[in-house]
Amino acid sequence: MTIELNGVSKKYGRDYALNDVNLSLQKGKIYGLLGPNGSGKSTTLKMMAGLVFPNRGEITLHNEKVTRRTAEQVAYLTELDMFYDNFSVAETINYVASQFESFDIRKAEQLLAELKLDPTKKVKQLSKGNRGRLKLVTALARDTDVVLLDEPFSGLDPMVREVTVKSLLRYVDLEQQVIVIATHEINEIESLLDEVIALYYGDIIGQENVEALREEQGLSVLEWFKTIVQEVEERFV
Amino acid sequence: MSQEFQASKPIYMQIVDQIIIDILQGTQKVGDKLWSVREMAVKMGVNPNTIQRAYAELERMGAVETRRGQGTFVINNPELFATIKLDMQREIINRYVIDMKQLGVSSVEMIDQLKAFVEGGEEHDD
Repeated sequence: MTIELNGVSKKYGRDYALNDVNLSLQKGKIYGLLGPNGSGKSTTLKMMAGLVFPNRGEITLHNEKVTRRTAEQVAYLTELDMFYDNFSVAETINYVASQFESFDIRKAEQLLAELKLDPTKKVKQLSKGNRGRLKLVTALARDTDVVLLDEPFSGLDPMVREVTVKSLLRYVDLEQQVIVIATHEINEIESLLDEVIALYYGDIIGQENVEALREEQGLSVLEWFKTIVQEVEERFV
Repeated sequence: MSQEFQASKPIYMQIVDQIIIDILQGTQKVGDKLWSVREMAVKMGVNPNTIQRAYAELERMGAVETRRGQGTFVINNPELFATIKLDMQREIINRYVIDMKQLGVSSVEMIDQLKAFVEGGEEHDD
């Protein structure tokens, strides 16, 4: 599986969310899409998921143009709260399962048990941390080649975060999948990533291998990110 | 995350160091199997590719061997682990000396202080 973005631009009104972006993502890797709020991370993921379409350029999954049809091959975790409050946890799982052929209900049940989510509880009774876990279950229980996670750990306390990271690591299949995690919390996820892509207000300002950064430049991802953002900002002064 | 990593050193090398320390301390027994890549990734909260790379490095060093279909095993190689232990000690001493010199402490003072510290039983875990 590969994801390609060729000359992709997306405008909301007059503003560019993404401006002429080129990207190539390969299976077997976990990518971090990093950038401040409003830098175009969510737009990029939504376009890969086929939920938003570019004004210019082309996005392909395995050489096939992204459409609503390719969405079956993409598990996408939105940063938004997207559940029906009156559904129970089990009903939520069944609902998502009815929408996607690639949903593996046994995997979902394992994940619920692992994350200690009570299937009989109503969504509205869940704490924020548990809603976050439920979202992760609905994304990870799908057998898709592409997994896109938009801010999967934001707002979760450190304990819950650790549990969800472990579930993610337990269920990813890097032989088959490409994983993209968009986040502005860089330090927290550095050890999960193979590669980092830095977005800055619609532009890709850098892409590096995490271990190569440390080995060749002695920099953590956060240090690297600060350095390149500073370089970009100085160019505009 | 489960584990904190230093910024300046590749994560896979820090995992290699940790496993070597576990072997030296005996918490990871010689001849025994290491955790699978997946288990180790989950335990440490680290990308499986990084664990794979750490295991490959341990294999290159001659500390472990991969047996087809069985997993990765710690090799019974006392000379190698003795050498690695000495190397690690040298690295720690080197860092200590550099830090002390930066503070302007002379070699004689350094040794005296270290001696007094160890003999005075002033060791702390933190």
